[in-house]
Amino acid sequence: MREKILTVIEKNSKIDLKELAVILGEDEIDVANEIKSMEEDGTICGYHTLIDWDKTSIEKVSALIEVRVTPQRGQGFDTIAERIYKYPEVNSVYLMSGGYDLLVTLEGKTLKEVSSFVTNKLSTLETVLSTTTHFILKKYKDHGTIMAKKYEDTRLKMTP
Amino acid sequence: MRNPLSDKITDVKPSGIRKFFDIVSEMKDAISLGVGEPDFDTPWHIREEGIYALEKGRTFYTSNAGLKELREEISKYINRKQGISYDPMKEIMVTVGGSEAIDVALRCMLNPGDEVIIPEPCYVSYVPCTKMADGVPVIINLKNENRFRLTPEELSDAITEKTKVLILAFPNNPTGAIMERGDLEKIAKIVIENDLYVISDEIYSELSYTGEHVSIASVPGMRDRTIMINGFSKAFAMTGWRLGYACGPELILKQMIKLHQFAIMCAPTTSQYAAVEALRNGEEDVNVMREAYNQRRRYLMHTFKEMGLPCFEPGGAFYVFPCIKEFGMTSEEFALKFLEEEKVAVVPGTAFGDCGEGFLRISYAYSLEDLKVAIERLARFVENLRK
Repeated sequence: MREKILTVIEKNSKIDLKELAVILGEDEIDVANEIKSMEEDGTICGYHTLIDWDKTSIEKVSALIEVRVTPQRGQGFDTIAERIYKYPEVNSVYLMSGGYDLLVTLEGKTLKEVSSFVTNKLSTLETVLSTTTHFILKKYKDHGTIMAKKYEDTRLKMTP
Repeated sequence: MRNPLSDKITDVKPSGIRKFFDIVSEMKDAISLGVGEPDFDTPWHIREEGIYALEKGRTFYTSNAGLKELREEISKYINRKQGISYDPMKEIMVTVGGSEAIDVALRCMLNPGDEVIIPEPCYVSYVPCTKMADGVPVIINLKNENRFRLTPEELSDAITEKTKVLILAFPNNPTGAIMERGDLEKIAKIVIENDLYVISDEIYSELSYTGEHVSIASVPGMRDRTIMINGFSKAFAMTGWRLGYACGPELILKQMIKLHQFAIMCAPTTSQYAAVEALRNGEEDVNVMREAYNQRRRYLMHTFKEMGLPCFEPGGAFYVFPCIKEFGMTSEEFALKFLEEEKVAVVPGTAFGDCGEGFLRISYAYSLEDLKVAIERLARFVENLRK
């Protein structure tokens, strides 16, 4: 049941409990309990809203920053990752395989704000060897949802 | 000038859906629950394979029976799903949709006057195709109380010495009914006793919600009496690609391929390449779509229960077939009034046979969000009628 619940609410966290129970063919109380226990054990970490900020008057700049670091004895990457994810302006921090170590995503109001974060805060951390910053120009698809285009039903309205 | 038309074609009634189609098409703001095809796009990896086929210049005819690769994949797929083996070289042909397979099978199997038993309500093409093949349709009116399954008694009663073919179409359009192994075994017994053949239209086989689909061809003794028809339209959301197939004993398939060769040459080449990809790597897509349909099915059954609209629980396809007899209107009157007052289009059950009177076909090939809006209107409409 967990998996089924998660598959639905990953795409639609706003679905009401009763409806969720109906479409899964499960008892409402069981579904509620399962969700509660997933919230408690951290399987469900939060409920967010996917926003196309381009449609608002709020200016936002998003960046992906590749960070190369020196891992620390006994702690690996965890301490440096923590140093970075504690900044509230940082959206996500991933440990990566390949040519760099950490991928940091970041949102700021302006290019200047983002670049000042990188130069003043990120690059100056002792274990950070280098950073490469990529600014996002346009989001076509995010979290499996296509943002660029609306779905249009082009089927014939009635077919046998 | 003399009449250019054949009596046969002028005798065939136009599809009952046509009239509604014309009205709905002119109503710009109408919501339709009348669509008989998936709302999903063909999965991208399958479309991409079609694009690659075009890029590579695969723009020529394939062999009449279809790409060898595709027939081999179909053979493996049926073996995997149903445990039946068909020789890809002699017992499988690729057609232009399941619809062509139905037409070709009937034309290859009937002599003038042969009777074809057609359980209704059913898809609209069986009766016209039977008539065009000089056969005589014999209708069985399936019953709501039997959950629209064909019973052995109904079949026995319809058989005469002229009966040659039984058409089975489960999971069923428009009712969503299914036939389980036990049901099919009883039917098979009668078919064998009376030396009949079966044309089994299994186009909705992948959309079975209460258990694995069972083909009558897998019942002992039935393989060589059955033309099994299936296709890519419903399972892989590929309606516009026009691709289906027929499997059966070489004796019949050989003639079907001959007719197909003269009438069609071969199914569209691009679609055939895409279909190979669908069978090789499309199983997960089918699972995801099936689960989405199943969620909508549960939602509809739940809301019908809430509004007190009687509806047997369908086990397959993407239709529900609620009963509206309590309102004292014909299906068509109900559907027209519903369309006028609430701007929602549904198909009157009578479009699928006279015994569809008193029922509506509601398609759930729509997103849950769209269904919700339409069903709210249905609830309001029903409530007003009861006042």
